[in-house]
Amino acid sequence: MTDILERAEPVEASAPAKPKRIALIASKGTLDQAYPPLILATTAASLGWEAGIFFTFYGLDILHQDRFEKLKVASLANPAGPIQLPNILGALPGATAAATAMMKKWMNTANMPSVPEFIEMTQGLGVRFFACSTTMGVMGVEEGDLIKGAEIAGAAAFLDYAAEADIQLFI
Amino acid sequence: MTTQYDIPTNDLSVDAELDTSGLLCPLPVYKASIALGQLSKGQVLHLITTDPGSLEDIPALARQLGDTLLGVERLEDRQLFWIEKGDRP
Repeated sequence: MTDILERAEPVEASAPAKPKRIALIASKGTLDQAYPPLILATTAASLGWEAGIFFTFYGLDILHQDRFEKLKVASLANPAGPIQLPNILGALPGATAAATAMMKKWMNTANMPSVPEFIEMTQGLGVRFFACSTTMGVMGVEEGDLIKGAEIAGAAAFLDYAAEADIQLFI
Repeated sequence: MTTQYDIPTNDLSVDAELDTSGLLCPLPVYKASIALGQLSKGQVLHLITTDPGSLEDIPALARQLGDTLLGVERLEDRQLFWIEKGDRP
């Protein structure tokens, strides 16, 4: 009986030998949708977890060195967007630029880092960036177009990484 | 997941201070994690936040890192935390 009780005592709390892991898919290339995967990856890495993001389809723009500073958010067909306009006005030239400027102003006022700043933060924390090879082929993106540190990967390589993850999210 | 707030914070010694006033998630967690990384085991970080989410976020950070939340103080406009760095692999 004593034996059992002794064995049942809780093990002293300590960090697990194998870190937790989060595997994210970033599939959208708008300014607003670039933030959630970057915020989650930053947080996960800050918690001591491994974190990796698979950038696919429009999400690949977040890794594109000529495009990641120019992500936009539209007013058209976006009822929750930064500028509330009827769709017929949201389709006018300049509406997307205005909504994008408004969102950047929000972020700046709230002391939130820009997308390029988040990329730098996450890379500093060791977050892995996987660039979808199929998307690269479909959209004509070359390895040299991507930001430094991006790893080219296909679905199988990402799933292999994600299979070892505790959390997998598609954004 | 319930966190006990207002843990008594008398007589806590501090080895580093970090003020994240005006910053929103994930920045308090990000900066606190880096600050804790620079400490040695047993040293204490005094952290100030204004993001109301940090009342749950900072205890979660301590849990995940294996550090110990020694104290929490909730003031009207900010929160104070004392975190002791634990044994890291």
